[in-house]
Amino acid sequence: MAHVRAPRWLMGLFLAAALASGTARAQEPIRIGFVTFLSGPAAGPFGVPARHAAEAIVESLNAGKAPAPHNTRGFGGRPVELVVIDEAGGTTKQVSEFRSLVERQNVDYVVGYISSGDCLAIAPVAEEMKKITVLFDCGTPRIFEDASYKYVFRTRPHATMDAVAAALYLLETRGGVKSYAGINQNYAWGQDSWSDFTMAMSVLKPDAKVTTSQMPKFGSGQYGAEISALIQSNSEVIHSSLWGGDLEAFMMQAGPRGLFKKSPLILVAGEPYLHRLGSAIPDGTIVGARGTNGVFAPDSPLNAWLHEVYRAKAGHDPTYPAYSAANAILGLKAAYEKAKVAKLQKAIPMGANKGVKEETEKAYASGPSDAELIAAFEGLIFSSPSGKMTMSLGKGHQAASGTAYGTTKLVNGKVTVTNIKRYPLEKVQPPEAVASADWIKGGMKPAK
Amino acid sequence: MNQVSAILIDGIIYSSWLFVIAVGLTLIYGVMKILNVAHGSLYALGAYAATAFGGYWMVQGYPPLGSYGMLVLAAIVVGLVAGPLIERGLLRLVYGKEEVVLVLVTYAVFLILEDLTKLAFGVDPLSIPEPYGLLGSIEVGDLIYPTYSLVVVLLSMVVGIGLALVLNRTRQGKILQAVIHDREMAAATGINVSRVYLVTFTIGTALAALGGALTAPTISVQPGIAAEVIVLAFAVVVIGGLGSLGGAALGAVIVGMVRAWAVHKWPEVELFSVYAVMAAVLIMRPKGLFAVPEARKI
Repeated sequence: MAHVRAPRWLMGLFLAAALASGTARAQEPIRIGFVTFLSGPAAGPFGVPARHAAEAIVESLNAGKAPAPHNTRGFGGRPVELVVIDEAGGTTKQVSEFRSLVERQNVDYVVGYISSGDCLAIAPVAEEMKKITVLFDCGTPRIFEDASYKYVFRTRPHATMDAVAAALYLLETRGGVKSYAGINQNYAWGQDSWSDFTMAMSVLKPDAKVTTSQMPKFGSGQYGAEISALIQSNSEVIHSSLWGGDLEAFMMQAGPRGLFKKSPLILVAGEPYLHRLGSAIPDGTIVGARGTNGVFAPDSPLNAWLHEVYRAKAGHDPTYPAYSAANAILGLKAAYEKAKVAKLQKAIPMGANKGVKEETEKAYASGPSDAELIAAFEGLIFSSPSGKMTMSLGKGHQAASGTAYGTTKLVNGKVTVTNIKRYPLEKVQPPEAVASADWIKGGMKPAK
Repeated sequence: MNQVSAILIDGIIYSSWLFVIAVGLTLIYGVMKILNVAHGSLYALGAYAATAFGGYWMVQGYPPLGSYGMLVLAAIVVGLVAGPLIERGLLRLVYGKEEVVLVLVTYAVFLILEDLTKLAFGVDPLSIPEPYGLLGSIEVGDLIYPTYSLVVVLLSMVVGIGLALVLNRTRQGKILQAVIHDREMAAATGINVSRVYLVTFTIGTALAALGGALTAPTISVQPGIAAEVIVLAFAVVVIGGLGSLGGAALGAVIVGMVRAWAVHKWPEVELFSVYAVMAAVLIMRPKGLFAVPEARKI
C-alpha cells in the first residue's frame, strides 16, 4: 500500500494549532487545588500575596495573555480553575484537607504549602494517594534529602541557599567581621536557618564568634529582653530569619532602642517587608528574597507580566511569595505542555500517512497522563519571572536556581536595595544526592 | 549596665505587660467562675480598635499626644460594646451550667471573634507605631528604653492598685466580694447578681482590650495574636491562682522575671522556662499560689 508521508511542517502546524486554540472537547477545566495561608500570622505577608498571584496568573493564562513561552491559553489550551484552601490549622487538618481536595473536590493537581511542617506532612500523603503535588514555598531541605517521591515536586530552591548566600554576602561586604549574633524563631525554619548560617560561617570565617543566639517563641510579639541581650552582646552583625508579625514587632521595638546603630541586620527573608516597614528598616540592612525574586528578579517580559497582573489584583508590587506561586503554576504548565507535545508526537509518528488530524485531536483531548506529566516534569528547565528554574535536585523533583542579596538604602523616603550581588546555583546549592549539612561542612564545593 | 540590672528592668517591663493582659481574665473568673477563652480575642479586638482609632487620629493631623487617649478610648469602646453583648447575649443563657460548658461557650466566642475580626479588618497587618516613640527614651547605662515602656509599667500599677482599692475599700467592691464568696447568699441578701456579672464582664473585657490597645504600638496587629496571648495569660493566672488579683500580679512578676533571666542567661530554654515554672508551682500548689479558698457548701 502506498503511504503518503506527512510533511514535518504539517505535523508542526497541527501540534501548534492544537496547543494554541484547543478544541471543544478540550475545554473542560483543569482543576488545581491551591493551598495557602488565608488566616493566621502567615496570611498577610505570604499566604494572601501567593493567592493574589495564583489567581492573577491563572486569569491571565486562561486569557492567553502571558508572554512566551507561556503564551498558550491555560495549560495547553485547557482552561485552569483554582480551588483555594486555607493552610492554617496545623498538619493534621492539612492532611484531611488534602484528602478532601483529592477525593471530594476531584482536583487534577495540588499546588501549595508555605509551612515546612505542612510540606513534610503532605508529601508522603500525596505519594500514597498518587496525586501530583507541587510544593510552592516551603524551604526545608529535608523534603527530598530525607526521602524520595514520585508524585511530589518543589519548584522553588530549598533554604540552604538562603543561609549560605547570606554568609557569602556578609563576608564579601564586611570581610573583617569578628562576631555575630542571631535572633530566629524557635521552630524548624528559624532553627534550620540559624544552623545553616553558623555552619557556613564556621567554614568561611572560622575566627568569627557567635555572641548570642536568641530563639524567641514563634508569635512572641514582645522582644524587650532579647533586644537588651543583643545590645549587650556587642555583636558586629545580627542574623535573623524572623518573618511576618514577629519581624515587624522586632523592628518596631528594636529601632527606638538603638540596636541597629550598633549592629546591622541580615534579614534572610526581609524582602516582603521593604515596602511595609519603610524607614523602620535602617540603612545598611542586608536583605534576601529567598531567590531571585521581587527586587532581585531579572528584567524580563515574564517579570514585567507578573508585575502587571499582580498589581492589578493586589494594588502593589509582587513580593517573593508571589514569585513562588508563579514558579509553581508556570512549572506545572511547562511540564504539562511538554508532556502533551511528547504525547502528540508519540500519537502521530513521523511517517504517518493519514488520519493525522483525528489522531492529534484524540491525543489532545485526553491530555497527558500522570506518568507522562511526571516524566516531563523531572529535570525540567522552565522560564519564570525569577529567571530559569532547573529541576535538577531530588532526582529531578527539586528546583535549583541562583540567588541574590543586597543592602538597603533609604532614597527620598523609599527603601531601595543597593550593592546587589548574585550567586549562581552551584555556589549556594549542594549537588544532587549530597545532604545540605554535609555539603556545608565539607567546604561548599561547587557541583561539577 | 550589668546583666543583672538588665534582667531586672526587662523583667519588670514584661511583667507589667503580662499583668495588664491577664488581670481581666482573673477578675472574670473570680467573680463569675468563667474561664474566658475569648479573653485573647478581646485583647486582639482592643489592638485592632487602637489601630483604627489611633490611625484615624493621626491621619486627621490632630496633636500626636492625643493618640494615647485614642488607645484608652479604644479599650473603653470595646469593653462597653463587646462586654454587654457577649454577657447579655450569650453567657447569661448558660449560667449555672458546668464550668466546662462555659469554657466551651467562650471558646466558641473566641472562634467567632477571630473570624469577625478578619472580616472587619482583613488579614493584612495593621500598625499604629507613633505612640511608641512619641515620649522619647531613657538611657540606663548602655541600654536605651522607650519611655512608653515606663508608661506601661505605671499604668499596670495604676490598674492593679485601683482594682485592689475598689475591691477592698468601696461598697461596690464589697458587693463584688460577696458575690465572689457565695453567689447564692449574695443574691439572698438582695444583691443584683445579674447586674454584678454584667459590670464585671464589661470591666474584664475593657481590661483585655486595654492590654491589646497598649500593645498595639509595639507590634504588627494581625490575625493570630489572640491565641498567643491567651496561653500566656492562662499561665500567669494559673501560677497566681485563678480569681486572685494578688496572684495575677505575683504570677506576672514570676513569669516576667524567669523569662528575662532565661533570655539573658540561657536563651535555649526561654520557650520552656515559663511552662517549667508553671508546672513546678502546680506540683507544689495545684490551685496556684494565691488560690481563693472555696466555701464548703452542704
